[in-house]
Amino acid sequence: MVDDGPKRDLRDTALDTAELDRHLTSIWRTRHGLWAALSTVDHKIIGRRYIITAFVFLFLGGILSLFMRLQLSQPEARFIGPDRYNQIFSMHGTNMMFLFAVPVMEAMAVYLVPLMVGTRNIAFPRLNAFSYWMFLAGGILLWVAFAIDTGPDVGWFAYVPLAGPQYGTGKRADIWAQMITFTEISALCVAVELVVTIFKQRAPGMSLDRIPLFVWSMLVTSFLVILAMPAIMIASTSLILDRLVGTHFFNPAEGGDVLLWQHLFWFFGHPEVYIIFLPAVGMVSTIVATFTGRPVFGYLAMVMALISTGVLAFGLWVHHMFVAGLPRLGESFFTASSMAIAVPAGVQIFCWLATLWMGRPVFKTPLLFVIGFIITFVVGGMTGVMVASVPFDTQVHDTYFVVAHFHYVLVGGAVFPLLGAIYYWFPKITGRMMSETLGRWVFALIFVGFHLTFFPMHILGLAGMPRRVYTYQPELPWGGLNMMVSLSALVLVSGFLLFVVDVFRSARSGPVAGANPWGAATLEWATTSPPHCYNFRRMPVVDSGEPLWTEDELPAASGLRVDRRELLITTVVAAMPEARESSVPQSIWPLCTAVATTIVLIWSIFTPWAVVWGSIPVAVALTVWFWPKGAPEEET
Amino acid sequence: MHLKHLMLSVILVCTLVWIAVMMVLAYALFRKRRDPAEGKAGADKRATIIVSAAVGATVLIITGLTVASFYTTRLIDADGEVALTIAIKGEQWWWRVTYMLNGKPDFETANEIHIPVGRTVLLQLESADVVHSFWVPSLAGKQDLVPGRTNTLALRAETPGVYRGQCAEFCGLQHSHMAMLVVADDAASFERWLAGQRAESLEPAEPEPTAGQAVFLGKPCAACHRVRGTPSAGTTGPDLTHVGSRDTVGAGVMERTRGSIAAWIADPQTLKPGNNMPMVPLTSDELRAVSAYIESLK
Amino acid sequence: MRERVVLDVSFLKSHGSGTASPTWWGTLAFMLIEGTGFALAIVIYLYLMSLAPDWPIDSQVPALTAGTLMTVVLVASLAPNMLVARWAKKQNLPKVRFGLVIMSLLGIVPLIIRGFEFPAMRVSWDRNAYGSIVWLMLGLHTTHILTDLVETLVLTCLMFTRHADNGRRYGDIADNAMYWNFVVATWLPIYVCIYWVPRL
Ligand code: HEA
Ligand code: HEA
Ligand code: HEC
Ligand code: CUA
Ligand SMILES: [Cu+2]
Repeated sequence: MVDDGPKRDLRDTALDTAELDRHLTSIWRTRHGLWAALSTVDHKIIGRRYIITAFVFLFLGGILSLFMRLQLSQPEARFIGPDRYNQIFSMHGTNMMFLFAVPVMEAMAVYLVPLMVGTRNIAFPRLNAFSYWMFLAGGILLWVAFAIDTGPDVGWFAYVPLAGPQYGTGKRADIWAQMITFTEISALCVAVELVVTIFKQRAPGMSLDRIPLFVWSMLVTSFLVILAMPAIMIASTSLILDRLVGTHFFNPAEGGDVLLWQHLFWFFGHPEVYIIFLPAVGMVSTIVATFTGRPVFGYLAMVMALISTGVLAFGLWVHHMFVAGLPRLGESFFTASSMAIAVPAGVQIFCWLATLWMGRPVFKTPLLFVIGFIITFVVGGMTGVMVASVPFDTQVHDTYFVVAHFHYVLVGGAVFPLLGAIYYWFPKITGRMMSETLGRWVFALIFVGFHLTFFPMHILGLAGMPRRVYTYQPELPWGGLNMMVSLSALVLVSGFLLFVVDVFRSARSGPVAGANPWGAATLEWATTSPPHCYNFRRMPVVDSGEPLWTEDELPAASGLRVDRRELLITTVVAAMPEARESSVPQSIWPLCTAVATTIVLIWSIFTPWAVVWGSIPVAVALTVWFWPKGAPEEET
Repeated sequence: MHLKHLMLSVILVCTLVWIAVMMVLAYALFRKRRDPAEGKAGADKRATIIVSAAVGATVLIITGLTVASFYTTRLIDADGEVALTIAIKGEQWWWRVTYMLNGKPDFETANEIHIPVGRTVLLQLESADVVHSFWVPSLAGKQDLVPGRTNTLALRAETPGVYRGQCAEFCGLQHSHMAMLVVADDAASFERWLAGQRAESLEPAEPEPTAGQAVFLGKPCAACHRVRGTPSAGTTGPDLTHVGSRDTVGAGVMERTRGSIAAWIADPQTLKPGNNMPMVPLTSDELRAVSAYIESLK
Repeated sequence: MRERVVLDVSFLKSHGSGTASPTWWGTLAFMLIEGTGFALAIVIYLYLMSLAPDWPIDSQVPALTAGTLMTVVLVASLAPNMLVARWAKKQNLPKVRFGLVIMSLLGIVPLIIRGFEFPAMRVSWDRNAYGSIVWLMLGLHTTHILTDLVETLVLTCLMFTRHADNGRRYGDIADNAMYWNFVVATWLPIYVCIYWVPRL
C-alpha cells in the first residue's frame, strides 16, 4: 500500500481537512465488491437498502390490490376464485403492514436519525445489518409461500379458530405467524438501536428541547415498538404452538379462549397503527418547518402530543372488538379513550396550521404532499372518531367504511408524508434533485386517484358492503361504485408509476443538489449530499433547535481518533459529552446469524426439534460475531 | 338517541369540523402576506390563544360525541320485553336457526328467520366452528358469533318486510356467500308460519317428488340433511323440512326456484366453491326427481 | 459546511462504562422487551384463570418442592453475581475469572432443577389451556436462563484468553450480571403465579 495506513491513536486535531478526509474515509468506508456489500454496517447503506426493499414490497402489495380491484369491479366476477382472493387480501394487508409500512418508517429513521442527531453511525451497527437481513428473509418467506400457493389466507389479523389447527389446515397460517417473528425481530432490533442512538449519541448541546421533531417521533415510535411487539410475538408463538404441538391457548373446548387472540393481537395492533403514523408526523413537521422557513409552532406541545399519543395507544385496543360481545360498559370506556386520541391529533394539526399561517409557504412537491396529507388525514381521523362510537361501529365494523377509514389514515396519513419525505430527502440520499414538474404530476395523480378510489368506499360501507368478500351478488346496490373504485385505482397507480419513473430518472440525471438545497435547519444538511461514509468530518456541536439557521459555520468538536471508527457519547438529557466511543467495523457475522436464524424459524414450522438443533448454529454464529478480533475499535 | 340519528349527527359534526379545518388551511396557505417583518412576538401569542381555543373546542366536541354514543348504547341494550328467543348457530357457511319455546328447542330451520313485526326478538348467537358475525343492517348493528361463547342480540322490525343480512366476520372460503333473510310478518302470518314450520314435512303426493324422496333417502343426502317426518336425520347440513318455503338456496346464493335447486344439487361446488356440500353424482332423472321433492317441501 | 472547532473532546475516556456505555442501554432495552413478554404471559395466565370454572383445569396444583428450590437457588445466586459485577467494575481479573466459573455452575443448576419443575406441574402442555400456559411460562423463563448461561460460558472462556484484560470485557461482564439479576427478578412473579396463585 502506498498509504502508510492510520497510525495508532491519531487524532483529528493533528490533521488538515484533506488529510482528515482521507483518514476518515479509509477507516469508515465500505469497499466495493460483494463481500463488503454483505458485511457492511454503514447505516446509510443499510438504510437505503431497507427503504428500497420496503418500496418493492409497496409495489408488490399495490399490484395485489389491483387484482382485488379487478375481481371486485363487477358482481359475481370470476377472475379470481375465493381461495386465491383470500390469499391475495391477506397478503396485501400483511405485506403492507409488516413488510412495507412499519419497515419503511424504520428504514427512513435508520438512514436519517444518525445524521439528524449528528453522529457517525447508528448504535449497534451490526445489529442493524442483522435486522435488515431478517426483514428481507421474512419478506422472501412470505412471497415465496404465496408463489407456491401457500400464502396466508386468514386476513392480516389471522383470527382463530380460522387460523387455528382445526380450520387453518396446511402451512398457510404458520407462514403468516412465522413471518411475524421475522419482522418483529427486525423491528425490535431497530427500535433498540434508535433508542440508544437518540439517548446517547446526540451531538453535544442537543438537549432534549433541541431534538428535531422527526427524531422525537422516532423515539416515541421505538418505545411503542418495544412495548407493543412482545404481544404479537407471544400471540404468534402461541398460535404456532397450538398448531404444531397441540397446546390449547385458543381452544375453548379445553379452557382456551378465542377472544384471547383478539385481545393479544389488538393490544399490539392498535399501537402498530401509530407506529406507522407517528414517524409520518415527524416527517410532516420537518417538511413544514423547512418550507415555511420557520420552526414548527408549539415545539413542546408537539412533543407532548407525540408522547401522549404513544401512551394512549395502549388503551384503545378494544375498539377493534366492539361487536365481539364484551361487556357494554367496558366498551364505552374504549369509546372515550379512542375519542381522546383526537386531542393530541388535533394539537398536531393545529400547530402545523399555525406554522403555515405564520410562515411563508413555498409550494414545492414535499409541501404539496403535506397539504394532501392534512386534507386526507383529517378525513381519516374523523371517520376514526365515528367508528370509535360503539353504536356507530356496530353498523360499519367489518365493512368498506372501515376499509376507507384505514386507507385514509394509512395512505393519506402515512404514505403521503412518506412520498413527501422521499422528495425532500432524495437529494440528501442521492445527491440529486427529483423533478419538480414530474413531482407535481405525481402528487396530483396520487391525490386525485386516491380520493376517487377510497372515498366511495365510505358509501359502500354505509350501504352494507362487508369487507373481505371475493364477490357480491348483482342484485345488491354496490356494482356501480365498485366499478368506479376499480377504475380510479388505475389513476392512483399511474401516479405511483410516474413516481417510479421520476426516482429512476432523477437518480441518474437529476440536477446536482449541493449540501442543503432546501435551506433546511437540521444537521443532516450540514454534510455533503450524499453524506460521506463518516457522515461528519468533525462531530457537530449545537446550541439551538435549528442549527443551520443560526450558524454559518458548523460548530464542531475535535479530539477524536481517526485511526479507528470513533464517535461521541453524550448524556441523555443535556447531551454533554461523556466519552469517545468506538463504532464497530464491518462484519459478515450478522448475515451468518441471520441465515442461521432463518433456518431455525422456517424449519420450526415443521417440527419443534428445529428449535433445539437449529439454535446451535445460531449460538455459534452469535459467539463468533461478538468474539474480539483485535480491531482498534475493541481497545479502550 | 336512535342509532340512525346518532350516526347522522356524528357524521354531520365531523363533516363540519373537517370543513372548518379546511377553511383554516386554505386561508393559512393563500392569505396575503404583508412585509417580511410582520410583528413576530405578537403573532406567536395570538397563535397560542387560537390553538388553545381549538384544542378546547376539540375536547368539548369529543365529550359531546362520547356522551351521545354512551346513551345510544344504553338504549340499544334496554329493549323491552322479549317475545321470542331464537338460537342461531353460525356454520361454515350457513346459519342454523333453532326456534326456542320455554327454553327448549322448538324446531330447526336455516338461513331464513321469521319474526313478528313490532316485537322484540332475542337472538342467542353461537358458532359451530369459526367466528362469524350476524348482521342485518336495516334492523340492528352486528354481533359476532364466537366459538365457546354465547352472545345475544335484540332484533326488532317496525315494518313488515324482508330484510337481507349477511355474515360480517371473515370466516373462510365462502364468507361472501353467507347471507340470511329476516322476514318480519304481521302477527297472523307469523303464527301461520310458525305452525307450518313446526309441522313435519308432508308426504309427497305426485309421482315425481315421491321418486325424488326415494332418491334423497337412498343417496348420501340423508346422511347430512334432516327432513322431519322421514328417516333422514343428518345434522351436518341445513334442516330441509321446509326448505321449499324459503326464499333462497345456499345461504343466499340464489333465489329459490326449481331450476336453482336443481343447479345447486347438481353442482354445489361451482355455485359456491369450497362449501361443505359435495357434489353427489346423480343421473338427470334422479336430479329432476330430487329437485322436485326438495321444492315440494313447503 | 465548514466547521469551526468549539469543543475539545480529546480528554474524554475512549470507552464509557455504565450509563455512558451504549451496550448498557441496549441491555436495558432488551430487558424491557423481554420483561413486557413475561408480564404478558402472566396476564394470559390470569385471564385464562378468570375464565375457567376451576383452576387448575382438571389437575392438581403444582408440587412445590422443585419450584421453591429453584427460587432459593436463583435468589442465592444473586450474591456471587453481584460480587462478579463489583469485581468487574474494579477490573480484578483473577477474581472475575473465579466468579465467572462459579456463575457458570450456578447457571447449570437451575436448568437441572427446571427438569424437575416441568413434571411438577402434573399436567402436560397439550392437556388443556392451563397446561399450555404454565409450560409456556416455564419455557420462556428457561430460554432466558439458557441464553444467559451460554453468554456467561462464552464470557468465561473469553476471560481466560488474551482478550481478557480490556475495559470492554469488564463492561460486558457487568451487563451480563445485570441481565442475570433480571432473569432472577422475572422468576419471582412467575413463581408466585404458577405455584401460589392456584393455591389461593
Ligand atoms: C395510520 C394508521 C391509523 C391511524 C392514525 C388511525 C387513527 C384512528 N383510528 Fe383507526 N384504524 C387503522 C389505522 C389507523 N387509525 C387500521 C389499519 C384499522 C383497521 C384494522 C383492520 O380492521 O384491518 C383501524 C380501525 C379503527 C377502528 C376499528 C374499526 C372497526 O374495525 O370497526 C377504530 C375504532 O375506534 C379506529 C379509530 C381510530 C381513531 C379514533 C383514530 C384517531 O387517532 C384519529 C385522530 C385524528 C383526528 C380526529 C383528526 C385530527 C384532529 C382534529 C382536526 C381535531 C378536531 C377533531 C375533533 C373535534 C373530532 N380505527
Ligand atoms: C399501508 C398500508 C396499505 C396501503 C398502502 C394500501 C394500498 C391500497 N389498498 Fe389496501 N389494505 C391494507 C393496507 C394498505 N392498503 C390493509 C391492512 C388491508 C386489510 C387486509 C385484511 O383485511 O386483512 C387492506 C385491504 C384492502 C382492500 C379490502 C380487501 C377486502 O376486504 O376484501 C382493498 C380493496 O379495494 C384495498 C385496496 C387498496 C388499494 C387500491 C391500494 C392502493 O393505494 C395501492 C396503490 C399502489 C400501487 C398500485 C403500487 C403501484 C405499483 C407500481 C408503481 C409498480 C411498479 C413496479 C415496478 C416498476 C417494479 N386494500
Ligand atoms: C356431506 C354433507 C352433505 C351431503 C351429502 C349433501 N348435502 Fe346438501 N348441504 C350440505 C351443507 C353443508 C349445506 C349448506 C351449504 C352452504 O350453504 O354453505 C347444504 C345445503 C343444501 C341445500 C340448500 C339449503 C338451504 O337452506 O339453502 C339443499 C337444497 C341441499 N343441501 C340438498 C341436498 C341434496 C338433495 C343432497 C343429495 C343429493 C345433499 N344436499 C347432499 C351438506 C350436504
Ligand atoms: Cu361467516 Cu363470514
Ligand atoms: Cu385501533
